Amino acid sequence: MDQVVHDVLLVGGGGAGLRAAIAVAETNPGLSVGVVSKVYPMRSHTVSAEGGAAAVIRPEDSLEAHAYDTISGGDWLCDQDAVEAFVREAPKEMVQLEHWGCPWSRQPDGHVATRPFGGMKIERTWHAADKTGFHMLHALFQTTLRYPPIARYDEWFVTRLLVDDGRCQGVVAIELATGKVQALLAKAVIICSGGGGKVFRFTTNANIKTGDGMALAYRAGVPLKDMEFVQYHPTGLPFTGILITEAARAEGGWLLNKDGYRYLQDYDLGVPEPTPVKRSMELGPRDRLSQAFMGERQAGRTISSQYGDVVHLDVRHLGEAKIDKKIPFVRELCIKYQKIDPVKEMIPVRPVVHYMMGGIQTDLEGATLLPGLFAAGEVACVSINGANRLGSNSLTELLVFGARAGRAAAQFAGSQAAPSSALMAQAEDEERRLYRDFLQNSGGSERVSPLRDEMQDAMEEGVGIYRDEEGLLQAEDKIRELKERFQSVSIDDKSLTFNTELISVLELENLLDLSEVVVSSALARKESRGAHQRTDHPDRDDDNYLAHTMAYRSDEGAPRIEFAPVTITQWPPGERIYGS
Amino acid sequence: MEVLRYRPEEEAEPTWESFEVPVHPEWMVLDGLNHIKDQLDGTLSYRWACRMGVCGSCGMMVNGRPVLTCATYLESLLPGPLRIEPLSGFPVIRDLVGDITDFMGKLSSVKPWIVRDTEKPVEDGEYLQTPEELAEYKQYSMCINCMLCYAACPVYQIEPEFIGPAAIALAQRYNMDSRDEGAQERMDVLAQHEGIWGCTLVGECSEVCPKKVDPAGAIQRYKVSASVDFFKSVLMPWGER
Amino acid sequence: MNPEYSRHEPKWYRPKVPIFWWLKQWAYFKFVARELTSVLVAYSAVMLLVLFVVVDRGQVSYLEFVSWLSQPSVVVFHMALFLGLLFHSVTWLNIAPMAIVPKVGGRIVPAKAVLLAHYAAWFVCSAVLTWVLISK
Repeated sequence: MDQVVHDVLLVGGGGAGLRAAIAVAETNPGLSVGVVSKVYPMRSHTVSAEGGAAAVIRPEDSLEAHAYDTISGGDWLCDQDAVEAFVREAPKEMVQLEHWGCPWSRQPDGHVATRPFGGMKIERTWHAADKTGFHMLHALFQTTLRYPPIARYDEWFVTRLLVDDGRCQGVVAIELATGKVQALLAKAVIICSGGGGKVFRFTTNANIKTGDGMALAYRAGVPLKDMEFVQYHPTGLPFTGILITEAARAEGGWLLNKDGYRYLQDYDLGVPEPTPVKRSMELGPRDRLSQAFMGERQAGRTISSQYGDVVHLDVRHLGEAKIDKKIPFVRELCIKYQKIDPVKEMIPVRPVVHYMMGGIQTDLEGATLLPGLFAAGEVACVSINGANRLGSNSLTELLVFGARAGRAAAQFAGSQAAPSSALMAQAEDEERRLYRDFLQNSGGSERVSPLRDEMQDAMEEGVGIYRDEEGLLQAEDKIRELKERFQSVSIDDKSLTFNTELISVLELENLLDLSEVVVSSALARKESRGAHQRTDHPDRDDDNYLAHTMAYRSDEGAPRIEFAPVTITQWPPGERIYGS
Repeated sequence: MEVLRYRPEEEAEPTWESFEVPVHPEWMVLDGLNHIKDQLDGTLSYRWACRMGVCGSCGMMVNGRPVLTCATYLESLLPGPLRIEPLSGFPVIRDLVGDITDFMGKLSSVKPWIVRDTEKPVEDGEYLQTPEELAEYKQYSMCINCMLCYAACPVYQIEPEFIGPAAIALAQRYNMDSRDEGAQERMDVLAQHEGIWGCTLVGECSEVCPKKVDPAGAIQRYKVSASVDFFKSVLMPWGER
Repeated sequence: MNPEYSRHEPKWYRPKVPIFWWLKQWAYFKFVARELTSVLVAYSAVMLLVLFVVVDRGQVSYLEFVSWLSQPSVVVFHMALFLGLLFHSVTWLNIAPMAIVPKVGGRIVPAKAVLLAHYAAWFVCSAVLTWVLISK
């Protein structure tokens, strides 16, 4: 088997991965960097982010205010030292990206423009119209092309981490185009492969978001933290799950029930005003808005459609000019994918799985509990998002913690010996496994798509916006059954050339591990906090659960859940108040 | 649906294969392909990711035209049969998957990043740029690298050395950015036969662009400024380049 | 099995461009027609030069030339030529706004206005020429 050696290896080429790669190259230009991604970097899901990225820049704003909004938005499950580092470094990272060419929207005087966003008391969301993630990703990607030490492995899929001597020293990956399995060795590995929204059927997430990095780390013994917290975005298009950005509400859009009534006023979210009020009504946090939708549905005040119950997002009163200037992508998406024009019609929307607050446990430098392994972005959980992420914090997070992880990994790599030769035996084992289980085995009775569909249905059913023990246990049983059946899965495609079915079966393996962790974590947390709402435990319980869940892989099957303390620095847990 | 299959391990040339696919009013061509992959034939290979027309993965030839399959309704192409092929102009790796390595190299060659003589320290804040200055290049920054323009460009098909529409438009995006000072460096790459002068202005690149980037316009404007530069340097050789 | 295949080294399939690729689509055909009609533009330029030479040689040669021009086959050919030139001019003018994006007072002049200006200029030139030719 061939082997390649780099100093630092990135798994994932989205926003966090590219930012980390640049950070490595700038920290120590002598290091060689490899970026391994299962898609070309500009296809990564960062591209779909719309609304913006938060960072304090206006004179009336303060780091404390950003930190407080983030922590209260996260229902006090954020690690406050991480949040402090985050808000402190956010403005610098955003300016850095400006210097790298990101086309931020501007004020008439040439300074960067900001917009309000859900759960934020002051306008601090930088944006590039409503294609912020797209522009950030392309600016980052194009900037990486300046750095010769950054080598790319486009369309390579990582199947395993190589660990020896208690240290992560590389990965095994398969090159899609040729089917070659190869060991990519490195002194440090950074996982930046994004979340796993595809454990659910109805999601804004791209097809590629299968939690690969989380599963890789989990199987290597690294804990996944706070995995029960899955964010439902309140406004997705009903059939496709395409995201209609929060910016539509930040610019003045209203959420209306079937009576044309701004129902959020009935859910402790403030009083309706004609123009947007920050931290109020439509600019409340996502968890509360999605929960309010469920309340309306319960009360029979939603509109039934072919693809589930919906409410209306009304932006007509903003006028064509403002819509085209501020949220042109919303209009484009509605016309193309919903066949309605938001200038003239109301947009049907319903809550949709959007983001995972949890992920691979890391410290403030992106280091995981396994030496040599780092993580950043949605795949990681440095705990700035707590129990509910505020919109526009995740794009900033991938810059701040991507850069931090890159610098830390560069430093770590500088002090390490070359990867050991014992790893090659592991890599050859992995190659044999791939051949034996998937490419040479054709007797299996199970196929990929039914298993995936059943998993997604079980998750939608049991682990939605509101959960209870009974539903969670049913989901747990179902996932276990699916994992059992996965043992006899087989694929039609035995080709070595661009075998997408092989990739999808490996992705399914990751998704099944991930869904099991989500369910087990949700069962362990017997309280309601942020995005995790238990109807059988409806209140927040700081005495017992002001703590992070840590899911470890265990040989018995079900993950072992432990609890770890939350770091509180200056904001003691309080009540979340919106709309006052 | 008739799909062009190419299995390099088994056959030397592509062959057509037919599938029966139901039509739902909400379904895009991509949903039809997913139906084939999930229900009929798991071996069909193609790329896709976001299903919202922004990642640029799923471009294919549908009835001879390059389109994003996630943004083309099946219904709009009835009664069928649809003919799906990989994007023209790219070597086929397998089935509907083309090799875009060539483009990735060309993209780097036009230096698609901010070039400056002296970089301002981050601590000194952002570069100022008015909304008007932003509007100058905004359109060219909307390219999603979906490669439809290359598939529509006969020059690229006949002379693969041609740098091509998207890469030139991207060069123009940086040239017109008020923060950038790299226009001259890029001109050295682009004022070549394989660069802007390779373009014979068929104009189809702009027609098929799903994001209205208008690469044809970018190239023609580039030609005008290259000519002006040339005449300036001939008429005023003492002037500053 | 494809004998050309060896493990992990698939051969990419490179389709050949057919000679008649430009017949596949109206847009391509239009492009090729526009490019080919430029030969006609060259021809008419040469004809103009020939005319100068003929006039320079005196009345006899001019009359000979005119009688050649009046042959039915030549007239038909030149009518066709005229249509070709018209096609070339129109398609050529139509792409002008792509290359020329002028600004007046900081605002981009709309493409339609640029196009209109070109047609207006064309019309004025033709009118002046016609007037010169007729008013002798």
